[in-house]
Amino acid sequence: MSVSVETKKKVKSITEKYKYGFTTDVESDKAPKGLNEDIVRLISQKKKEPKWLLDWRLRAFEAWTKMKEPNWSMVKFPKINYQDSYYYSAPKPKKKLKNLNEVDPAILSTYEKLGIPLEEQKRLAGVAVDYVFDSTSVATTFKDQLAKLGIIFCSFSEAVQLHPELVKKYLGTVIPYTDNYFATLNSAVFSDGSFVYIPPGVKCPMELSTYFRINAENTGQFERTLIIADKDSYVSYLEGCTAPMRDENQLHAACVELITLDNAEIKYSTVQNWYPGDENGKGGVYNFVTKRGACRGNNSKISWTQVETGSAITWKYPSCILQGDNSVGEFYSVAITNNFQQADTGTKMIHLGKNTKSTIISKGISTGRGQNTYRGLVRMGPKAIDGRNFTQCDSLLIGDRCGAHTVPYIEVKNKSAKVEHEATTSKISDEQMFYCRQRGLDQENAISLIVNGFCKQVLKELPMEFAVEAQKLLGISLEGSVG
Amino acid sequence: MLKIEDLHVNVENKKILQGLDLEISPGEIHAIMGPNGSGKSTLANVLSGKEGYEVTKGKITFLKKNLFNLEPETRAGEGLFLAFQYPVEIPGVSGMNFLRTTLNSVRKYKKQKELDGVNFLKLLREKAKFIKMDEKLIKRSVNTGFSGGEKKRSEILQMILLEPKLAILDETDSGLDIDALKTVANGVNDLKNKNRSFLIITHYQRLLNYIVPDKVHILSNGKIVKTGDKNLAIELEKKGYEGLV
Repeated sequence: MSVSVETKKKVKSITEKYKYGFTTDVESDKAPKGLNEDIVRLISQKKKEPKWLLDWRLRAFEAWTKMKEPNWSMVKFPKINYQDSYYYSAPKPKKKLKNLNEVDPAILSTYEKLGIPLEEQKRLAGVAVDYVFDSTSVATTFKDQLAKLGIIFCSFSEAVQLHPELVKKYLGTVIPYTDNYFATLNSAVFSDGSFVYIPPGVKCPMELSTYFRINAENTGQFERTLIIADKDSYVSYLEGCTAPMRDENQLHAACVELITLDNAEIKYSTVQNWYPGDENGKGGVYNFVTKRGACRGNNSKISWTQVETGSAITWKYPSCILQGDNSVGEFYSVAITNNFQQADTGTKMIHLGKNTKSTIISKGISTGRGQNTYRGLVRMGPKAIDGRNFTQCDSLLIGDRCGAHTVPYIEVKNKSAKVEHEATTSKISDEQMFYCRQRGLDQENAISLIVNGFCKQVLKELPMEFAVEAQKLLGISLEGSVG
Repeated sequence: MLKIEDLHVNVENKKILQGLDLEISPGEIHAIMGPNGSGKSTLANVLSGKEGYEVTKGKITFLKKNLFNLEPETRAGEGLFLAFQYPVEIPGVSGMNFLRTTLNSVRKYKKQKELDGVNFLKLLREKAKFIKMDEKLIKRSVNTGFSGGEKKRSEILQMILLEPKLAILDETDSGLDIDALKTVANGVNDLKNKNRSFLIITHYQRLLNYIVPDKVHILSNGKIVKTGDKNLAIELEKKGYEGLV
């Protein structure tokens, strides 16, 4: 079935009208609202994708139409009308960009407003940035330097064109297209994202970093990231998000797949700061993300670190499948909910191989009317001989209208495995507040100091530069938490 | 420096302070002694701005400002310091970070330049050495798992770092061994100058062997009932409160 004449016409009329974005003057290339097979075909066609990928998308779309939105989490939100959203939007490709000077100044200035240092500063700091603006990469830096080492760091679409064999080999092998409602939706309509491949024996010399940002109005965001660390390799990847103010709820359903082969390690750090809605709970991003890593090789390691301060709703469980013997999974998380924010986040550690080890450190902070849930699964399979897990789950409450919930699931299928779970819930006491104020800190700084202390175990896992940003962000996120 | 006039304070509708008058001039050290429940800690808490105390009458001026108009952190910025009787634990916040944040916050209030990491560390090491505080202790979370003596020593360290204009020591001496007691006294004596005042709240005369007060007040039933010089403390030690009041 080809793209219907009707759809083509619509796309044409919209794209030809020179549509202005609502915040920046980047021309937006949008497919019409709604989701059907034609839209899936249109996306694939726009990206000049090979047939196998289109088929994969179509299978996902078909599966999605038979699925139901999950309702087991603690989050509440009005019914999403999936037909009232745009599923494709990209800055208009004008011509191939040679360097950053050719990037639309409006885009660069937006990043500047968001406080993102210029790429030159990034370069000095040793960070290569693959900018994702709305769903399509517009500039990729340091590709050459990385290319000398055989490292591939590019947009997902580029990878499909230039390295189809790698994409085909690994895409959907960690998160199958039938995995869950949002991941399946993403599989059908994903627009772009990042692709990383580290060849055997290579330690990536710099932190790889991508900034995501929602821009075009009412555009569902469906990023797809795939990172492969081949044997004996290492990479640290940073993901940071910000989004501008807006009233309408936005759906963000990303997928991130990580794969480590023998002795390889991926460190994946996220600072998530999507628009959380206003203080009355109006607006804000719905962040329904599927992130999962597979430690395929022996002695391999995947470490997730996340600082979640934004979004109206966060639904996210970065997980590790520990297949290889002696493989290691880690999850370090800070989640803050203020005003009417809701977070249901945690991890899954699936121990399959022998002597596999996992660590979970989760810090949830609730204030305002925020609701914060830790939900985690630790599973020791029958062959995970001597598997070990340590989980520590701490909640901090500020004020008396917020909530903290802990929902740990533990499944142990062999006798040699050891699973430890520790959990605490505490409040910032009046005595602590007064003590800090007597020493000269105002209430907000006092809370920020105490909260940063509470989160320290997690923040120290972030790369230095990121940790500083994250600390600032914690302060901003807690603004207005004292009356 | 500090002037308290006819202060009446209720706690949960119970009258605690009932007409307290006290004036401390710059450079003076005052000691307040009194039996349990006489209102000593209430006075310290009201001066520092803790919630839960209802002032029904009276006024307090600190450096010519109406103290009741100032938030606790503003009082700290103006130079009022309270060494707590029971310093609270703040798990996760390293002492180092806490000391630097509070010091810079007070410096900022005073429109002084904030100290960078290097200069702060230099200052901290010097002060910690002076009061014989183990640096390992400062790296740990604030007061967390500290012994009673370590907590008090940490309070004195903060006092000498923040260099307040008026320092209130609320039973800082209780539970201290003789070495720690001398350290506290050294901290006070070292800071003492013609512009800085101290209000020392204590049960015992012991501390006053090392810190010589200009005036000693006896607090009973929410009022100062007797004022004298250092000899009053010695007399009190002999006769007890019942013999004097």
